[in-house]
Amino acid sequence: MPSGNKQTTLSDAVHIVNDGDHIAIGGCMFTRTPLALLMEVLRQGRSNLALSKNLMCYEGEWFMAVGAVHTLVTSWLGIGLPWGISRILREKAESGQIRIEDWSHMGLGLRYRAGAMGVPFLPALTMLGSDLARVTDLKTMTCPFTGQTVALIPALFPDVALLHVHRADRFGNCQIDGYPFMDFDIARASTTVIVSAEEIIPEDEIRRHPERTAIPGFLVDAVVEIPYGAFPHECHGLYEADFSHYDAYVDAIKTRGTGAIREYLDRYVYGTKTHQEYLALFGEDVLTRQSEKARALTGD
Amino acid sequence: MEYTPHELLTVLTAREMAAARTVFAGVGIPLVAAIMAKRTHTPDLIIVVEGGSIDPQVVPGLLPISTNEMRIGHRAQMLAGITDVFLFAQRGFLDLGIIGGAQIDRFGNVNTTVLGPYEAPRLRLPGSGGANDIVSLCRRIILVTMHERRRFVPRVDFVTSPGYLDGGESRRQAGLIFGSLKRLITDLGIFGFDEPTRAMTLESRHPGATLEEIRDRTGFGVIVPDRVPLTDAPTSAELAVVRDIDPDRRYLRA
Repeated sequence: MPSGNKQTTLSDAVHIVNDGDHIAIGGCMFTRTPLALLMEVLRQGRSNLALSKNLMCYEGEWFMAVGAVHTLVTSWLGIGLPWGISRILREKAESGQIRIEDWSHMGLGLRYRAGAMGVPFLPALTMLGSDLARVTDLKTMTCPFTGQTVALIPALFPDVALLHVHRADRFGNCQIDGYPFMDFDIARASTTVIVSAEEIIPEDEIRRHPERTAIPGFLVDAVVEIPYGAFPHECHGLYEADFSHYDAYVDAIKTRGTGAIREYLDRYVYGTKTHQEYLALFGEDVLTRQSEKARALTGD
Repeated sequence: MEYTPHELLTVLTAREMAAARTVFAGVGIPLVAAIMAKRTHTPDLIIVVEGGSIDPQVVPGLLPISTNEMRIGHRAQMLAGITDVFLFAQRGFLDLGIIGGAQIDRFGNVNTTVLGPYEAPRLRLPGSGGANDIVSLCRRIILVTMHERRRFVPRVDFVTSPGYLDGGESRRQAGLIFGSLKRLITDLGIFGFDEPTRAMTLESRHPGATLEEIRDRTGFGVIVPDRVPLTDAPTSAELAVVRDIDPDRRYLRA
């Protein structure tokens, strides 16, 4: 287990991701997505990846668009209901260019939970009788105690977890506000854990409120301070998702086809060297506006 | 009283929640219906959302797009982990679960994964999300959808979320001990699932919907009893509540 100071730069943190890795992504849908870390994975040109996430938003589209991913392990792929079905998902899935492992939301959650517990599988009562059970590695058995039919959900041990949290100290002790999602299970299940934090705080503040520690530092390999590290996705209490940005992204794909995703990446990801440069493309006014909306929703 | 099909679905879904203690509700019509039920006949109803929110107080006009954002966590009693929220259902704490679907068949199986063969789909859809878990683990299930012939097929291309599977006892035999599919609510009528066959059966037709229309828009032989009552139309009071929750008609325009 790593110990000591884990604080590093975005570039150095992502250097420990390897080609061919299975990357588990924290957050859910468009909340607390580790976008800065994922964009750096793209900038550094990692390839032949598997990605898992409970509900995949448009970050999954990016990796498909540049051919960096061979398998998506998820329960749902899209952007959000108002933006319709993902065009690139259709292209890649309907032509057999991407492999999708279709779990239920709880099914994938139990895969991470089994990994977190260090056991090979967990019994459950979900996915039974459905075609999800047929197309995944799920097995069923008769319970030796009760005779009941149960689903066996295999553990998932990702190579790397990418997580975005509100606060961490330099040892990687993490605090999360709002929804915990599956991040703690993902951190325990994964071999390597890379965290971006909105703010690096002194160790003393962690020790003053140890009940707020959502992930202990001994699970974490690298931690990077990245304000607005999930933007334009949301971060509870700090900024609300910028849906107008999604509108523009999807409108470009509708008008110009899925090549527009590559154009987007050329501007926002490959065209920027740092997360600060990326945020400058949105502008200070947009960041402030989205932060005010978040405070209005979560303030007293 | 004029109303849109989505407003009708919302009002009828809210009526199904009367006397429930807990409801597992997704965004859109199920959430608006749950908020409506809580504001009217079932004030103690606990709304549970798959992102982790327990009993949120959603701000009218600030309805969420996803099941896991700040808007649907507003003033919640708890923000739990996602896996743990589903485990509440597996433990039997969720009375009611509500889902929609791209394709539905005569036994109430729902498909949101692919049209055509799974290995080479004609149309790849987003997938299950929590729908499979909700219908597998909540005690009573309500399906809500628009009534279109292309949706109502004899057999779904892919069982994302199990209804009565092949009918009869097949659901229970698969190990699904929870989840009796109680009703299917569409813009034409309310349907149940006949015992012992578990095939879709018309229970009431909505004002303005004819039996011919229901048969035409269903891609299989739905069971129609000799006497089919008329659904009580939404009242002006019910519609006023719905429109107060969604003043921009974000979900209920259609």
